[in-house]
Amino acid sequence: MLSRIFSGDLPRSRMLALVLIAIVGALALAPFVFPGAKALNVAAKICVFIVLVASFDLLLGYTGIVSFAHTMFFGIGAYGVAIALTRLAPSWAAIAAGVAGALALSFGLSLLIGLFSLRVKAIFYAMITLAVASAFQTFASQLSEITGGEDGLSFRVPEVLSHGFVLGGHSILGVPVDGKLISYYLLFALAVALFLLMLRIVNSPFGRVLQAIRENDFRAEALGYRTVVYRTFSNVLSAGFATLAGALLALWLRYNGPDTSLSFEIMIDILLMVVIGGMGTMYGAVIGATLFIVAQNYLQDLMKLASDAALGIPLLSSLLHPDRWLLWLGILFILSVYRFPAGIVGRLRTRSKSHSAAQ
Amino acid sequence: MSPSVATAPAADALPQLVADRIPLLLVPALALAALPLMSSLSTWVTLTVAGLAMGMIIFIIASGLTLVFGLMDVLNFGHGVFIALGAYLAVSVLGAMSGWTGSEHLALNLLAVLPAMLVAMAVAGGVGFAFERVIIRPVYGQHLKQIMITMGGMIVGEELIKVIWGPQTIPLPLPAAFRGSLLLGDAAVEKYRLIAVVIGLAVFAAMFWVLSRTKVGLLIRAGVQDREMVESLGYRIRKLFVGVFVAGSALAGLGGVMWGLYQQNVTPQMGAQVNVLIFIVIIIGGLGSVGGCFIGALLVGLLANYTGFLAPKVALFSNILLMVLILLWRPQGIFPVAKR
Repeated sequence: MLSRIFSGDLPRSRMLALVLIAIVGALALAPFVFPGAKALNVAAKICVFIVLVASFDLLLGYTGIVSFAHTMFFGIGAYGVAIALTRLAPSWAAIAAGVAGALALSFGLSLLIGLFSLRVKAIFYAMITLAVASAFQTFASQLSEITGGEDGLSFRVPEVLSHGFVLGGHSILGVPVDGKLISYYLLFALAVALFLLMLRIVNSPFGRVLQAIRENDFRAEALGYRTVVYRTFSNVLSAGFATLAGALLALWLRYNGPDTSLSFEIMIDILLMVVIGGMGTMYGAVIGATLFIVAQNYLQDLMKLASDAALGIPLLSSLLHPDRWLLWLGILFILSVYRFPAGIVGRLRTRSKSHSAAQ
Repeated sequence: MSPSVATAPAADALPQLVADRIPLLLVPALALAALPLMSSLSTWVTLTVAGLAMGMIIFIIASGLTLVFGLMDVLNFGHGVFIALGAYLAVSVLGAMSGWTGSEHLALNLLAVLPAMLVAMAVAGGVGFAFERVIIRPVYGQHLKQIMITMGGMIVGEELIKVIWGPQTIPLPLPAAFRGSLLLGDAAVEKYRLIAVVIGLAVFAAMFWVLSRTKVGLLIRAGVQDREMVESLGYRIRKLFVGVFVAGSALAGLGGVMWGLYQQNVTPQMGAQVNVLIFIVIIIGGLGSVGGCFIGALLVGLLANYTGFLAPKVALFSNILLMVLILLWRPQGIFPVAKR
């Protein structure tokens, strides 16, 4: 049963399983265990980014393609919902229309980019996507009548999800059942469903072909698989999941702008999350996203303490300045690519393997 | 290796190098095509000089990157760090010599800018040496890791720049004698743009001379064409590569100084912004080709200025449009490098 839900791809390490249970448990109970608006925001952001990073892992970790246009699809999803809800009434139908439009655009664009540039080398694809993504970002901020330009769009969500909504004065364990709680659990449930769906995809025969292409595309081609078709399909799928993640983000924030979903900084963040968590493992997305976003929100407080402690020493205190947290994660990123390419998940798995071998 | 295999690419490549003159016409063709669209000749002259200046700076930055790729199949996504580094060093050096940059004398201004450029090149070159050693050497031949590692190098480099110089935008004013413009007939041409064109041409000439007239240049060109063959003839292509990487980083530093003066301010993110531009240029030019890179850079610079004047909204996508058109015409770029 459990094996069926996880598509036969269990964590395969007791330590990893415990960490995953802890993360999912914390996310599932976040509104009750961690009070306060900031904690709930962090939890919701982790849910969104788990889906987004997992979809990037589908492309990078499983197919071996580096794309720098992933935030473009993330942004398309977020803008799809944002534009639909701004233009139409705040209803579920509008959300559906926005998501459908965004998915159609993402599929079209990813198919086009894929067919145009996936025939050649990985490096070429990385460069083309970098250029296209930066052009798209300018494009989105230029179309200010539709996208709200640099200011972005604030919009209203359906009644049930809005903050003012209270479900008949109920409360569970002292937490009122309001629109925010409902939004969070909708987000959580969808994130879990999307993650399990991606886990299903990478463990299907199709996913095996993708891994074969990653390991040796020449041999995969020789075995009779049209690698271009599979690569393009993986590109389109991953773009679709990124779009859905973007839609979730927009629904949660009730706002979308270039900096929240389109910027290159987010692209870098995703790359760091997937590598530090562990490429080609799917579970790496969970750990990477959680670690990174918690660091993003709380490491700075910790660094402030360290920076204050090192106040006398000139260079050290500026190295430990709270705004420099990305420096340390960048170094961690480089070290992960060298020392443990399979990331935290891979590390835990090899450890448990050597443990069981020793016994 | 059998003789037929060895000679076949050479036989293909050699006549092509001689006969392929169409790309050389692209730049004048673009400039002439824009002429009837302009309101007056003087506007055209102003825009053309601006475009050439921008193209020259881009070329200085991109040339090292394309050679490094051609020689060792290494694409440095962290190239932008050297640009930002060069620009920030210029801020420091020119700031320290503010007495000279403020004076109206051209000679004193040059005496201030020249050390700034030299310091930027030396430091960027030195950092490039370390970068190659620490970041790139362990991941030769592994494209996926290369892309990620060099991207990581860029993140860390950008953060370190913020540690040293602070995260805010810093103004980088032009030295007094470089400001203002000259009148060529009716056309106003900014002095600094002329200087940029001159420096760009000088760098191109020097590079052309090194590549076509010296032994090192011969080895580099041969290495781009067929690395293994050069190695089997007893030359250490690794050392050559380190040299090219350092030179490329130094040129990026120089380009950074010029780009910073061109924009008149520097931000830690400038490297990442210029990176996108130079990737487009080296794709247009054909990965590994210096000549293609030169033409690509001039095309990008000219088109950006023409469209910026004629249709500002289109200007933001002119680069992508140009890249798509060129790749539809020649999928490997203007001058395809034989082995790829």
